[in-house]
Amino acid sequence: MRILYHIGRYFQLQGEVFSKPERFGIYWKRTIEEIDLLGVKSLGIVALLSVFMGAVITIQTKTNIDSPFIPLYVVGFAARQSTILEFSPTIISLILAGKVGSTIAAEIGSMRVKEQIDALDIMGVNSAGYLILPKIIACVVINPFLIIISMFLSIFGGYMAGTLSGLVSSANYIEGIQFDFNAYHVTYALIKTVVFAIIITTVSAYHGYYTSGGTREVGISSTKAVVYSDVVILIMNYLLTQTLLL
Amino acid sequence: MIEVVGLSKRFGSTQVLTDINAVFAKGKVNQVIGKSGSGKSVLAKCIVGLYVPEEGEVRYDGQSFHTLDKEAKRQIRQEIGMLFQSSALFDSLTVLENVLFPLRMFATMAPEEMLERAHLCLKRVNIIDKDGLYPSEISGGMQKRVGIARAIAMNPKYLFVDEPNSGLDPQTSIVIDELIQELTEEYGTTTIVITHDMNSVMGTGDNIFFIHQGRLWWKGTRDELLTSDNKELNEFIFAGSLMRQVRKAMKG
Repeated sequence: MRILYHIGRYFQLQGEVFSKPERFGIYWKRTIEEIDLLGVKSLGIVALLSVFMGAVITIQTKTNIDSPFIPLYVVGFAARQSTILEFSPTIISLILAGKVGSTIAAEIGSMRVKEQIDALDIMGVNSAGYLILPKIIACVVINPFLIIISMFLSIFGGYMAGTLSGLVSSANYIEGIQFDFNAYHVTYALIKTVVFAIIITTVSAYHGYYTSGGTREVGISSTKAVVYSDVVILIMNYLLTQTLLL
Repeated sequence: MIEVVGLSKRFGSTQVLTDINAVFAKGKVNQVIGKSGSGKSVLAKCIVGLYVPEEGEVRYDGQSFHTLDKEAKRQIRQEIGMLFQSSALFDSLTVLENVLFPLRMFATMAPEEMLERAHLCLKRVNIIDKDGLYPSEISGGMQKRVGIARAIAMNPKYLFVDEPNSGLDPQTSIVIDELIQELTEEYGTTTIVITHDMNSVMGTGDNIFFIHQGRLWWKGTRDELLTSDNKELNEFIFAGSLMRQVRKAMKG
């Protein structure tokens, strides 16, 4: 029954978050700041992970192809499909849940225990909207760009690893990444990205917003934010895949 | 004027406040005193609407707060200024931005006027040339004063102050107490101060409300406080050696 209480309170909080802002100008300014903090500042880790994951996918695919009947362009094809369908939208979102989710929960949780959220409420500010809405908009806007960059870098990482190690020729790899390309897969990946961005921000903000106690509880909220975001992302990943790909 | 009528609050099975009835007068420093854990902070949070009481009501100039719709509550809250025990300044904003915050959120004045108003409030609490500093870069006493400047920025009708002297040295405490007293008289606010600091009570309290075991145990003026024969009140106010010496001198 406890889970129903949390689900109810989570949706109640979203009602507060999506109510009319007091001043659009202030929300706009905060959204730009959040795009920088949550999106642009995540670019480094996303780029690093993407290049190396693409490289690993390529090497593993090649080393698992034993049959001479399987053409070599399959390496590029597998790298592209794994990257677009799963690695970039899902794995990178799970990584972002760790980085961005813990940041959101810790920031809002600290504000709660330091009575700053009470101060907002007493002033008559819709604290949930003011603190959470700009974060949701920021991640919904910036995460698809991060994921597209991740796709390019992962495929590029695969190319570099494959060609530099001599596992696959440049021509074979490029043929593979162009083979049987379905643009809908990119749409599917971006839909997943947007849904995961909403999950990361709202679940993490929920845990931060209802923190009570002191600094220890802020830490606990951050951990819960990451764990629950990851669990919900994995469940939604399955549901979206079943709905959009079958 | 703020009226509290038959207010009771409990958390789970723990009854924290029972049938509190009090009238907090306009233009006066109304002090709510009591031991730690007596329920005075919960009373303050019920009055400002952060907690919803199980029974009773809080009236702001006759309007029952908890029965109002969200928008009407928001309107009243914009007339409330509050200084928190921890100051509750926004860490990511500078001193000036903290004071500007309520103005930017709600005031309909031009940006230059907002800036002028914020500087006026900061000057009123003797914070000069600290505009660009962050809360972590100023002392606890200064943080309290910036908190007061933010609380008065919107010309509040009601001023709430929670433990204004906690963590401050006696001299700075007097400065803060005097500031609260002056602002109350200057703006004619209904001021409610939650405290257990007897220096503050004897220095600035106009009306005193003593909370004990979640009940309003005694109320009266500062002069009546020292001559009361209420056992629990006397145990509280004469717990410190300084106040015991005052009583000794009075008897002598």
